[in-house]
Amino acid sequence: MKREEFLRLIKGKVVSGADCEEQDVEHVFASDLMSDVLTIKNADNLLLITGLCNMQTIRTCEMAEVKVVLFVRGKKVTEEMKELAEENEMLLIETDYSMYRCSGILYQAGLPPLY
Amino acid sequence: MNFEYQVEGGDFSHAGSTSSAVKRIMKQLGVDPAIVKRTVVALYEAEVNIVAHAYRGVISVDLDEERIRIVLDDEGPGIPDIGKAMQKGYSTASPAVREMGFGAGMGLPNMQSNMDELKVDSVVGKGTRVEMTNYFVPKNG
Repeated sequence: MKREEFLRLIKGKVVSGADCEEQDVEHVFASDLMSDVLTIKNADNLLLITGLCNMQTIRTCEMAEVKVVLFVRGKKVTEEMKELAEENEMLLIETDYSMYRCSGILYQAGLPPLY
Repeated sequence: MNFEYQVEGGDFSHAGSTSSAVKRIMKQLGVDPAIVKRTVVALYEAEVNIVAHAYRGVISVDLDEERIRIVLDDEGPGIPDIGKAMQKGYSTASPAVREMGFGAGMGLPNMQSNMDELKVDSVVGKGTRVEMTNYFVPKNG
């Protein structure tokens, strides 16, 4: 799924990485548990949906090679997080929708779960 | 090649900076990306463990053409029962650590699954030493 399409579906706002390379999303993982994110073997074209909004979210994605992160429920990404995300060419998105709502919308639109 | 990094207990804003530096070095040296990922995921879990549980620690990295060996030495409370700590789901993490997205008892098992060799030694009241190695080419072939 193209970036524009999932942004439109979940009413997402890009807050970092708008100019990083376009990357289609092919599957989705939703978790607030970073240890769980670290068990993902293949994070190519993965969208992570999370309500955990701190530096460790970005660090975890850096190590796990997750390039697209959606923060739900109006969580605000800090400047420090944006800097680290930019260094790692990550796309960070904010939405007011909940994790359940985003998951439901994207699942219905045909994006499969990772597991 | 040898590198050494200091880690402060409780310093969550910098937790992961060593793993990030090691990732950069491994990538620059052209190590297979799959091995880079396995190594830094394990290292990051171990680094977070120092920040989460210990007072301070030192991470020593020894890298050559065949393998990366990482030793993490910390001063801290130690692990009373390493067998238990290796079990999935066992954790003594504080609420602050859980708020960071950790503390689900997955760290040590995940380190083990990402490293070719992992050894954990601990003295209660003194600290913990984690030694881990990944080989760049399969050892037997």
